[in-house]
Amino acid sequence: MLPKKVNTWKFHFRGSSLIVGVPYFWLLVFFLCPCLILLKISFADSVLQIPPYSNILKWINDNVAQLTFNFANYRLLFTDDLYVRTFTTSVVIAANSAFACLLIGYPMAYAIVRSRPKIRMILLMLIVLPFWTSFLIRVYSWVILLAPTGLINKALMYLGIIDQPLKLMGNYCAVAIGIVYTYLPFMVLPIYSSLEKIDNSVVEAAYDLGCTPTKAFFSVILPLSMRGVATGFSLVFMPAIGEYVMPEILGDVSTVTIGRIVWSEFFTNLSWPVASALSVMMIIFVALPVTLWYGGQQSRLNKKLNIHEKV
Amino acid sequence: MAAKSRHLNKIEPWHDPEERPYVYIENITKDYDGSAAVDEVNLSVYQGELFSLLGKSGCGKSTLLRMLAGFEMPSSGKIYIDGIDMSGIPPYRRPVSMVFQSYALFPHMNVEQNVAFGLKQEKLPRSQINERVDDVLELVQMLDFKKRKPHQLSGGQRQRIALARSLVKRPKLLLLDEPLAALDKKLREKTQLELVNIQEEVGITFIMVSHDQEEAMTMASRIGIMADGRIIQVGTPTEIYEYPNCKYVSNFVGAINMFEGLVVEEEENYAIVRSSVLDDSDIKVEHSASAAIGANVSVAIRPEKVVISKTPLKERNYNCAKGVVQDIIYLGDVSIYHVELANGHIVYSTATNLFRIAERPIQWDDEVYLYWLPENAILLTA
Amino acid sequence: MLLFGYAFMYVPLFCIIALSFNDSRFVTAWSHFSFKWYKALAQNSIMLDAALNSLKIACCTATISVLIGTLAAIAIVRVKRFKGKPFFVGMIAAPLIMPDVVVGLSLLLLFVSMTNLLGWPGEHGILTVTIAHITLSLSYVTAVIQSRLTEMDSSIEEAALDLGATPVKVFFAITIPSISSAIMSGWILSFVLSFDDVVLASFVSGPQSTTLPMVVFSSIRMGLSPQINAMTTIIVSILTVCVAIAGYVIYHSGKKISNKPRQEKKRWQGLM
Repeated sequence: MLPKKVNTWKFHFRGSSLIVGVPYFWLLVFFLCPCLILLKISFADSVLQIPPYSNILKWINDNVAQLTFNFANYRLLFTDDLYVRTFTTSVVIAANSAFACLLIGYPMAYAIVRSRPKIRMILLMLIVLPFWTSFLIRVYSWVILLAPTGLINKALMYLGIIDQPLKLMGNYCAVAIGIVYTYLPFMVLPIYSSLEKIDNSVVEAAYDLGCTPTKAFFSVILPLSMRGVATGFSLVFMPAIGEYVMPEILGDVSTVTIGRIVWSEFFTNLSWPVASALSVMMIIFVALPVTLWYGGQQSRLNKKLNIHEKV
Repeated sequence: MAAKSRHLNKIEPWHDPEERPYVYIENITKDYDGSAAVDEVNLSVYQGELFSLLGKSGCGKSTLLRMLAGFEMPSSGKIYIDGIDMSGIPPYRRPVSMVFQSYALFPHMNVEQNVAFGLKQEKLPRSQINERVDDVLELVQMLDFKKRKPHQLSGGQRQRIALARSLVKRPKLLLLDEPLAALDKKLREKTQLELVNIQEEVGITFIMVSHDQEEAMTMASRIGIMADGRIIQVGTPTEIYEYPNCKYVSNFVGAINMFEGLVVEEEENYAIVRSSVLDDSDIKVEHSASAAIGANVSVAIRPEKVVISKTPLKERNYNCAKGVVQDIIYLGDVSIYHVELANGHIVYSTATNLFRIAERPIQWDDEVYLYWLPENAILLTA
Repeated sequence: MLLFGYAFMYVPLFCIIALSFNDSRFVTAWSHFSFKWYKALAQNSIMLDAALNSLKIACCTATISVLIGTLAAIAIVRVKRFKGKPFFVGMIAAPLIMPDVVVGLSLLLLFVSMTNLLGWPGEHGILTVTIAHITLSLSYVTAVIQSRLTEMDSSIEEAALDLGATPVKVFFAITIPSISSAIMSGWILSFVLSFDDVVLASFVSGPQSTTLPMVVFSSIRMGLSPQINAMTTIIVSILTVCVAIAGYVIYHSGKKISNKPRQEKKRWQGLM
């Protein structure tokens, strides 16, 4: 029977208010406030002033305030074809990239788990290593390969396969390659850790009960690593939707994504309210569902642990 | 002490030269990086047996079991199950099932799915699977827990499910790797008997690995003692306990007093051994193994066969010793007396506490006399 | 598949390193070996200033986010109940999956509104970038330390309390040392995140606080640049040295750890 965990500091530590207070304060000021302001400004009008938005709260006289909600920004997002189309393309690209990541990352993670312990550490290190080099550099390395004067075109022309450089960059495919390349560690690591947790005797039990290795993989190993797959997928998929750098460098004018739109609405068009509205939509459609799902997973896990302790 | 062997086709088939072994391990060796985990083991197990491999951790018993299951391939030698050579046959094609020490239940499946898993691999019709799953769950008394997930079960319940999952396949041979090691003492003792009853009911041959000698003695029809990758002695629990064939076995199974000495006299059915430990008497021992005069031997006597008394036995010049009680360990049913001889050697004697005593007849620092019968001592030449 | 995966990860990087020694202005057209671009990089004052800025910001970010992140992790793991705990946990984790653009934009709006209302932080610069980076890396640091704390056996803390240490003392003598490796990796992680960020910095930096990634970004937007190749090579070499040292240290401390049980067993046997 497991010993019941006793909370060490529940009764003893009066400093707990400090421990909770400092990070709480930081999050309220620098995370929650910005989100609320974002929401507020998404209802404002664009005006030519500094800062370039109208105040939605106006004091008519000393006692009466007037709140004006301007839904024009949101109406624009849903009516203008550009925004809707860009939103769907961004999601599709992110999903495709995450899926490609999964196809490359799962076999890698599986091979690493299966390797001998000494080599395993080195292989893991090699997965993490590129993450420590600059993100920009990793994107840039693909420019060197894919550019019209890049190494791939040069090689193909040298071999006489083509005589005009191919347009390898400046399309969604190049953007996806960039995403897969930079986010691959985020797919491999969670899958690796969930695969590593699987008790080897469970797999042996499957063989023992008459499963061929392929069958054992699909009926035991894959279901037990689904949590890692889901974590990895969301770690790639989520940031990829709002990706700005990748389409900017590996794409061209035609590869519009939601991140780029926010950027250009903000920096080029100076329409801060539209940029804010776009951001709010992104949070609602993308970040929120995942957060809820993740929270649900966590609490389910906690429940499981509780049951485990009671037994 | 041992479970009755009434489930065997014949009583003690290992004595019958006509009987064909059901599982036959022929000269098997397993090398890991040059050192042998299992070293030229030969073993025959007969149909319906509950055979226990007993040994300390790292003696190679688990490796041997894993070779039977097919998870490890022997470096040399062969395994025959029901007359069929198993070399090259992967675990999923062997008529063998294993109960793992960690139980290895599939955490993402409920009890029913876990138990049905093996039958699904055989592509049996749905109705037949359900029927067999229900039957086996009834056998292990877990029918009410069909829809539970493994993490909602206690250790003992998980153990039953692991057993059910293996039994439902109706294997020719069931392997159990320390099946009760994760249970607490009371539950373990209860489950030992249940396991034996289930084995008798289904009649499947069991091979069990254990490091707990009491567990092996309680459950097994025969025991194989392993050390350093070799099988040292195979026998029924009684044989192993009463007639160990070497010092290792006698020390490993139960407590024992050991006297080393030289053979000074040898007759047809007894030998006299002179030991430096006993100052004023020789040791007389009945024996079957022959030992030449002058040979170095050990004589082993179980503590419960050493009689302790405050009065000296008259007219005896062998198998007796005088000493002082140094320690008494009270275990409720018995007490163990540590008696120090004049030369500092300690001899153990176990006596049943026949009376409820406030005043012990024998106390600390009492002078006591020890003696034992020649037929209860064991002469060990190795 | 493993080989293919690693090739996919490393071939592009090696290409850059090889090309950084190319004398030609046209990056992919090999002329001959030279250190020309390293010299040019050493004289590029914009790049160097930006690197210094980035270094300052990254150091501050890493230190402060480790401090706050440790507190947050302890709050989540060890303080069982406090007001709005689920909300707190959600807020901590949110920046992990929120797009950078959204975080950057919202923080900029905050700074603008705060300057209007309170007159602080005024002109954007190193301070605002640091705050933004801390908010982002806090999620990562907390996650790292949190997982270490959950794994940690809380009975050793109870043992220390039982032996008469005050809770504050237990915290500094037991808890902090046993999560020190996680704190260290949290520091490095947030340093790298900060040193690497271009989106947040672009939103909240001022004219005097251009960071290195911003310079690199504007340069590679224009296309291939031989100076960036040289910079990549330098970064990768520094990194390789660091990893080699870390690997050496880990390997040797690992050896010690693996020896320990055997020694203890011997001592234990000696006692018997």
